[in-house]
Amino acid sequence: MRGALIFGACLSAVFAGAAVLSFLWVPYDIEALDIANKIQPPSAAHPLGTDHFGRDILSMIMVGARTSIAVALVAVGIGMGLGVPLGLAAAARRGSWLDEVISRGNDLIFAFPSLLIAIMITAVFGPSAVNAIIAIGIFNIPVFARLVRGAAMSLWTREYVLAARVAGKGAVRISWEHILPNVANLLIVQGTIQFSLGILAEAGLSYVGLGAQPPVPSWGRMLADSQTMISFAPHMALFPGLAILLTVLGLNLMGDGLRDLLDPRLRRARQ
Amino acid sequence: MSLLEIEGLGLRIGNVTVLEEVTFAVGAGEIVGVIGESGSGKSMTALSVMQLLPQGASCTGRITLAGRDVLAMKERTLCRVRGKEVGMVFQEPMTALNPLQTIGDQVAETVLIHERVGRAEAMSRAAEALARVELPQDRFPLGRYPHELSGGQRQRVGIAMAIALRPSLLIADEPTTALDVTTQAEVLRLLKRLVQEDGMGLMLISHDLGVVAGMADRIVIMRQGRVMEEGRFGALSHPYSLKLVEASDHVPEREGQAGEAPLLEVRDVVREYATPRQGWLGKPGVFRAVDGVSFDVRRGENLGLVGESGCGKSTLTRAILGLEEVQGGTIRLDGQPVFVGHRPNRDVRRRMQVVFQDPYGSFNPRHKVGRLVAEPFHLLDDAPTGEAREAAVAEALESVGLKAEDAGKYIHEFSGGQRQRIAIARALIIRPELIILDEAVSALDVQVRAQILDLLAGLSDRLGLTYLFISHDLSVVRNVTDRVLVMQDGRIVEQGGTEEVFTRPRHAYTRQLIAAVPKLPRSA
Repeated sequence: MRGALIFGACLSAVFAGAAVLSFLWVPYDIEALDIANKIQPPSAAHPLGTDHFGRDILSMIMVGARTSIAVALVAVGIGMGLGVPLGLAAAARRGSWLDEVISRGNDLIFAFPSLLIAIMITAVFGPSAVNAIIAIGIFNIPVFARLVRGAAMSLWTREYVLAARVAGKGAVRISWEHILPNVANLLIVQGTIQFSLGILAEAGLSYVGLGAQPPVPSWGRMLADSQTMISFAPHMALFPGLAILLTVLGLNLMGDGLRDLLDPRLRRARQ
Repeated sequence: MSLLEIEGLGLRIGNVTVLEEVTFAVGAGEIVGVIGESGSGKSMTALSVMQLLPQGASCTGRITLAGRDVLAMKERTLCRVRGKEVGMVFQEPMTALNPLQTIGDQVAETVLIHERVGRAEAMSRAAEALARVELPQDRFPLGRYPHELSGGQRQRVGIAMAIALRPSLLIADEPTTALDVTTQAEVLRLLKRLVQEDGMGLMLISHDLGVVAGMADRIVIMRQGRVMEEGRFGALSHPYSLKLVEASDHVPEREGQAGEAPLLEVRDVVREYATPRQGWLGKPGVFRAVDGVSFDVRRGENLGLVGESGCGKSTLTRAILGLEEVQGGTIRLDGQPVFVGHRPNRDVRRRMQVVFQDPYGSFNPRHKVGRLVAEPFHLLDDAPTGEAREAAVAEALESVGLKAEDAGKYIHEFSGGQRQRIAIARALIIRPELIILDEAVSALDVQVRAQILDLLAGLSDRLGLTYLFISHDLSVVRNVTDRVLVMQDGRIVEQGGTEEVFTRPRHAYTRQLIAAVPKLPRSA
């Protein structure tokens, strides 16, 4: 149990570290083309080989991690930043028109296939990393709003919330002081899971050419570029694919582990 | 030789010793009451007999059931014993039944597991068992689901499951704790009748001496995993047993200087809830939880409000506290209305506070005690800050018998009784005049309950507090209040001086309630 958490955290840390490191140093300049050395298999000079322009794949993956993490992080931020207050508000005014509007709005967003809408947004506003972030972020809002509403509603019936109401505290203050701290562990867990989904979504959008635009490297586009050369240069597809796989796996393991660690009920069950 | 013999039973779970040298016996046709406070090991003794212990548990000593050694049995043999020879009834009728299965299926399951019979035969046996627990087929067909039944009826289904195969031993673990007092009386009568009819042995586990005293042939008193004493109720002599008996009928000493002037006036209060609409176009129905209730609470008095679950007493509490607006009538504290123009009146709110039932649920687990206790300061416009605030918290904690340093601890570091003291400290900190005690002692063990009642009486005398004491527990209300209101279906059906109401109840419902209260025989 604990092992999975540590493994997941280490995997995630490796990719986060690679992204941070890429600001300071990468083995090769990723904008410098080196056609003489194109499509090299892994070697001492290029540990993960080179692509069809002779760029170093390790460097591209490091810089690509930056894109993936930034997109996913901001998208989760949008989702939490808007979804959590909406969920808290819906729970505080449960059964009112406000709750109804928020809940039906959630249902509405959930009813659309998220990737298609993301494609639509980028098709209308032009493909870019920023538009990908907005598209992914919008679909994170109802996830957090629903999660928080459900958890907060059960907390609102607790006697300590009743006691706070007797002390004359208003809905905003109670939500901030009593509800939010008690749903924080759920948010951390859901946050890591949405983060991994965000990375997947970004890779998907980039794969169809609607994410970050060249020359900014992105894992998804690296996969797309390698598609035609997969029969004679499998390393070009393998390494970005592995990067996506391992990051998502790491984040999911970390999310699961954190849930077990932060949920007192599960913690007790394990003892 | 008795039906069930427990000799020198010891139980360890991990490194913790749960039971030590537990010895007692249950004979056929005999009712043995097992009494103890929480953590005394009474439920673990029952689970040892069933061998349904948690992982990592190891038993020593001997348990024999009709001469056979239970501890030596293999799991397969135990499966044949459980349900067939030993039946068990659990505390919580809400969770002991599977909500997705009909009651007939659930009772028939016991039969199908243990006997090679067809489904039709099993169902007819289930019908018979349900009829024996007074759920006749014409009114409670086998196809009913648990959610269609009341708590007491569900508990009867639980009993039917336990007795379907006419076991020789029935273990009932707090079978009536979750039930109202009148339902409790019916279920206890039913258990007694079944014991007589079948000649079963009954091991009746309870924290409530009153429940067991009137019914059991013998009583086993447990404490901290040991048997303190065993004997007839009237013949108990161990100091701990006597302390328990005293605590369960404890009358705190009060000076009781109730004035005549009303502090809280409740007039013709009506509180309605909308029920779900019938179909898409149907109108929502209306449920009147509180229906024209009027009463006064006089300054300095202890007023009791009794009634069974669903009678509207919690709704009334919330209305008095200004948490929910009423649809009709007025509530005034010292002449000032609780609600002014759809907004709660802060001037009134700061003069009353509340203590809730659940010592575990009434505190935010993520705040320290100092912050929790200081919460009502929010009501004051000139709330003390800094050192003055700390001093006020310290004073409140000390006035309920805790230490000033406790302000720096988290709530999970305290026991149930201590938490209830902290809840009282929280209520006291803004020096209210009226404190509403909403089942404030119902979840506590009898000895702790007695201490809290003494504390409340002392505080009332010292600070001139007025209490509205809301409870389903009539014996406690009788011991601590000056006047009492009886509530049924949203109405006050009777009110008057406590002794007057208890000795000469006028309303039929009051009489029924009082008759249902399990009493300790006075000879003890």
